[in-house]
Amino acid sequence: MIVNQLSVFLENKSGRLTKVLEVLGMENIKIVALSVADTTEFGILRLIVSDHEKAKAILKQNSFTVNITEVISVVTPNEAKHYAGILKILSDIDISVEYTYAFSSGEKSVIILRCSNNEKAIEALKKHKMI
Amino acid sequence: MMEIWNRHFECMDRDELKKVQSERLRTTVERIYFNVPFYRHKMQEAGLGPESIKNIDDISKLPFTTKTDLRDNYPFGLFAVPMSEIVRLHATSGTTGKPTVVGYTRNDISTWSEVIARTLTAAGATRNDFIQIAYGYGLFTGGLGLHYGGEKIGASVIPVSGGNTTRQIQLMHDFGTTILACTPSYALFIAEALQESGINRDELKLKAGVFGAEPWTENMRREIEDKLRIKAIDIYGLSEVIGPGVASECSFQNGLHINEDHFYPEIVDPVTLKVLPEGAIGELVFTTITKEGLPLIRYRTRDLTRLTYEKCRCGRTFVRMEKCFGRSDDMLIIRGVNLFPSQIETVLLEMSEIKPHYRIIVDRVNNLDTLELQVEVDEVFFQDKISQLQILTEKLQDNLDKAIGLTVKVTLVEPKTIERSEGKAKRVIDKRKY
Repeated sequence: MIVNQLSVFLENKSGRLTKVLEVLGMENIKIVALSVADTTEFGILRLIVSDHEKAKAILKQNSFTVNITEVISVVTPNEAKHYAGILKILSDIDISVEYTYAFSSGEKSVIILRCSNNEKAIEALKKHKMI
Repeated sequence: MMEIWNRHFECMDRDELKKVQSERLRTTVERIYFNVPFYRHKMQEAGLGPESIKNIDDISKLPFTTKTDLRDNYPFGLFAVPMSEIVRLHATSGTTGKPTVVGYTRNDISTWSEVIARTLTAAGATRNDFIQIAYGYGLFTGGLGLHYGGEKIGASVIPVSGGNTTRQIQLMHDFGTTILACTPSYALFIAEALQESGINRDELKLKAGVFGAEPWTENMRREIEDKLRIKAIDIYGLSEVIGPGVASECSFQNGLHINEDHFYPEIVDPVTLKVLPEGAIGELVFTTITKEGLPLIRYRTRDLTRLTYEKCRCGRTFVRMEKCFGRSDDMLIIRGVNLFPSQIETVLLEMSEIKPHYRIIVDRVNNLDTLELQVEVDEVFFQDKISQLQILTEKLQDNLDKAIGLTVKVTLVEPKTIERSEGKAKRVIDKRKY
């Protein structure tokens, strides 16, 4: 399914990630998943949270640059071959993955994907009964 | 055909103009040598007498004058006529000490009216126009300067002065004002107040505005022109030289024509004080060649610009100066290259993806100057792709390299981390130790 992910621009300096988590924590926002992509100069924090609109408002109030991006989330059994299977379905129809991250909880894995064409990717994954 | 107030001078053949300037410079030098001890001493120190200046090209022999010289001789020390000849005094606010005082003889007032008449005519004004002057009247030269020029062309002058925006709009409506004269920021303020006033723009007869006395950008011009639906003409002047009327745009809005038959301009390197060739950016220097009350020799304006002598499509032959780039006090020397923060700002303003909130950090690593530009990432542009931000950084680096010829390290920073200021923001941090 499609989920709304928050993307936050962060400078590479200490305390910035802490600040994001603190302000969200104060407003009781729950974080479902989190990943950081970084370069030497800056990073992009990607978050899936309980209430993305509220979280965006809170971060904006605190002067962060925030945007909401639609990403695909797929739940699979917690085995590498399933992750591989998903990526193959996409590469077979020439959809590239811009980034992906995953986390597991018990028997299940949740895979987050941002593709060059989200709609086509979902269609293909549905066809293969992955979602 | 656009009207020109004084075709004889404004369209004069440049060789002919040079003769006029040479003759007027000689008269001015004689006047200051014999009437102003300050100038006489300075000329004597440089081994010069009045006979040393034969034509306008000899001007580069003369010493410079600065604002400090005016302050040191406060209030009337540099006047070249007895006070009985002075019919008007104006003064600038003394934010950094004593104010600067300027005095005008009757002829000076007449010159001033003449150059403003040219300015207003270039903006499209005639005797049939209603000119609303919303510059401040008083010691400031803006209000009265425009006023006398407006009367000279025979227009109906409305001396409303600055402030009281509701009344400004009411008068504009009731009197049928066609030309507005004020600072560009006040024009924008009026435009916004008009939208909330209940008076429809279509009920106004406004067609043009003459705006100056503070720096403004092309973006600001477009905004004023769109909101007020007028032609916004840039005018330039400084009290020390005469006030408004030193230079102004014509209807082509492609540089400001300097009234060269009264004010002779030069562009100099602010550090070496060498005269720079046509087209080079440097500090604007003026010599007044007709003024009687307070003649100024090679007065350093601190304003940075460049000149073009190419003939304008409007038919005027007077040299044109570009809108000022900034102040020479702000100049940085990076690896031997002169750099003005405003040059960087211009590049930023041209890129719609970036807000012009920036900070320049200069440092010296291994005896080599480094230049870093911190720019805030704008939410409108930010998505979540690293590659997109990197492309933006590279594009900006590339544009800067082309514009200023220096490699700049661009760093994206979070919004609002760069200090905001209404007035002069601290845009440059120079960490170099000398």
